[in-house]
Amino acid sequence: MAARKGSASGAKAGANVSAEELKKFYHDMLLIRRFEEKAGQLYGMGLIGGFCHLYIGQEAVVVGLEAATKEGDKRVTSYRDHGHMLACGMDPKGVMAELTGREGGYSKGKGGSMHMFSKEKHFYGGHGIVGAQVPIGAGLAFSDKYKGNDNVTFAYFGDGAANQGQVAETYNMAELWDLPVIFVIENNQYAMGTSVQRATKSPDFYERGIAYGIEGEEVDGMDVLAVKAAGEKAVAHCRAGKGPYILEIKTYRYRGHSMSDPAKYRTREEVQKIREERDAIEHVRQLLLTGKHATEDELKQIDKDIKAIVNESADFAKESPEPALEELWTDIYAETAPQNA
Amino acid sequence: MATKILMPALSPTMEEGTLAKWLKKEGDAISAGDIIAEIETDKATMEFEAVDEGTLGKILVPEGTSGVKVNDPIAVLLEEGEDASAAEEAEAPKPEAAAAPASAPAQAKPAEADDMPKPDTTPDWPEGTKMKTQTVREALRDAMAEEMRRDENVFLMGEEVAEYQGAYKISQGLLDEFGAKRVIDTPITEHGFAGLGVGAAFGGLRPIVEFMTFNFAMQAIDHIINSAAKTLYMSGGQMGAPMVFRGPNGAAARVGAQHSQDYGAWYAHIPGLKVVQPYSAADAKGLLKSAIRDPNPVIFLENEILYGRSFEVPDLEDFTIPFGKAKIWREGADVTIVSWGIGMSHSLEAAEKLAKEGIEAEVIDLRTLRPVDYDTVLASVMKTNRCVTVEEGFPVASFGNHLSAVIMERAFDYLDAPVINCTGKDVPMPYAANLEKLALVTSDEVVEAVKKVTYR
Repeated sequence: MAARKGSASGAKAGANVSAEELKKFYHDMLLIRRFEEKAGQLYGMGLIGGFCHLYIGQEAVVVGLEAATKEGDKRVTSYRDHGHMLACGMDPKGVMAELTGREGGYSKGKGGSMHMFSKEKHFYGGHGIVGAQVPIGAGLAFSDKYKGNDNVTFAYFGDGAANQGQVAETYNMAELWDLPVIFVIENNQYAMGTSVQRATKSPDFYERGIAYGIEGEEVDGMDVLAVKAAGEKAVAHCRAGKGPYILEIKTYRYRGHSMSDPAKYRTREEVQKIREERDAIEHVRQLLLTGKHATEDELKQIDKDIKAIVNESADFAKESPEPALEELWTDIYAETAPQNA
Repeated sequence: MATKILMPALSPTMEEGTLAKWLKKEGDAISAGDIIAEIETDKATMEFEAVDEGTLGKILVPEGTSGVKVNDPIAVLLEEGEDASAAEEAEAPKPEAAAAPASAPAQAKPAEADDMPKPDTTPDWPEGTKMKTQTVREALRDAMAEEMRRDENVFLMGEEVAEYQGAYKISQGLLDEFGAKRVIDTPITEHGFAGLGVGAAFGGLRPIVEFMTFNFAMQAIDHIINSAAKTLYMSGGQMGAPMVFRGPNGAAARVGAQHSQDYGAWYAHIPGLKVVQPYSAADAKGLLKSAIRDPNPVIFLENEILYGRSFEVPDLEDFTIPFGKAKIWREGADVTIVSWGIGMSHSLEAAEKLAKEGIEAEVIDLRTLRPVDYDTVLASVMKTNRCVTVEEGFPVASFGNHLSAVIMERAFDYLDAPVINCTGKDVPMPYAANLEKLALVTSDEVVEAVKKVTYR
């Protein structure tokens, strides 16, 4: 098979988006941001422990791509996973209670920030080993192809994971077997404290599939409409049985790698500039207001509703009891395969 | 209402820190996201951002203070329209308790009703069952073929499993019967296809992942342990990886250090995995069928030297061997020899030699290392009062070490001699024929160990 060429053209924004959908994007992105801010606060109060990786700044990536999915599609991601869970419709209460390690959490408090799953929402984790979710995502796509349905899997990973050997191994197999998987590289420009430029001389990750025959493109991740359009294109490619697709989505993380990151590898000005000039939520807010799709009052109401949802999730996460001590010994072995139950 | 700004936890291990510097002073207006202070944690100096807006009413902890406990109030934030007196009021009440609910100190443990061993002595198949002679290789192939006929979600993937018919011919004929959709040749990419197999299992399939040898599975061990074994627990029981990782394990002959290693003890260490290490063809078949049906990830450790050995196998349409049930190959009253996999070969040979000298050994094949049948071992040791374990793996943290510990804990008063662990030597496998022989455990070493524990 001839290698197909990658392109940096990006998808065109603006098509097929209603005012209602634009408002939903605003709502969903703002929910992630406010949820993450609250998680940061609870971490500061000692209610959340261990590692906690916030998604603030990257909200348009998952919200845009979720808009391109249908029921049955699957998603899997890394440890920076709270946004993905909220975007696919998981309950903020269950997510926050998992962060606080409580019984009401998605994993009964046994997984934590990095390890959550939802069979119902086809969310397959929440993986703490950088890059491990990539072959897992291809395997999920393999299972759909095996069963003969037209579901698509979104395998999200970062610019850091993109340099892992298993990603290259997976590209090779995914194209070899025409698996319906979209490799979503969330390029937030820093792998923990190492910038892309300091990690590779081949920084255009969307081109890395060319060697394996996988088409890819670069997408503006601060523009939710561009993300959605690119997602639709990639989904159509996969559903048509043409194999995998790579989306390199250029985004930016406002907070540190994890809560304990002093972020000395970039300047405060760099972060501030992107926040002020490129913020994805502000972008949608302006589209809504200038296009007269929503009034200031309507947006204020959305803000208020979200604040209530987030506060409710935090209250739930504080009040939910710690798991029963017997839980230490459960879920080590299954009696019947849970995914078939 | 005025709110207190509390000393934040800024790392997973931080309990207290130094308030290095205030970047805002009393009376300054603050917006959410403003850096208000620099705090030194146990790891680094961090900028502390405000989460709410207001006016910095009062600084409670001056800069330069060290040992400030997490959650101690460090300043008071005033809302619009409030004056400094509100700060005084805010100081008065006790800080809001942020502590997690206290947990009872008692530790939950699995119930242990009675410490006396109760071995399962039911026969593996009905008495009088017709038997046929088969090699381990044929038995493994039949097990896979039968299970693939039974469940269309079972598929086999690995290097050379399809068109080449298996590097060791275990998958002979499967491609012809089941086609390329279910018998899949992979590129040489162990880490990748192990992870892909885990994903397929998450997606509801029943993968059998063949490693050409378990030495190559070291490339994939992250997926075996972190992705396959731990997901059921990490997901609170929502999903897991029902799948089999199988292939030859341990030394073959003259293939050197990187191709000759026994991973039994490695995988037996991991909660969430089941670990099978069969010796005979009947066990290989019955246990592999159980492994394929099991809803958990199973490590199935075969042995290249055993592949060609013939055994009697029940001629039944469908039979399985349960996990965690040892098999007594030979009864005896003088000493208990416990082994599994290729170690059984040395153990049975040793028992023959010992019998000629009038020592009757009871030889137990554990068959599975996780779950492991302690009861059969303990009941035997309580009868013979002596025990020797035999395995091919390295001596440090060997599975025999673990058995010794359990025997010591649960049958100490029954022991007339210390348990001896016969293992491979504590060296990488040499290539030279004479040295390789020396590195492996032998039946003569087992005989010697038995004589030591029986004081002969």
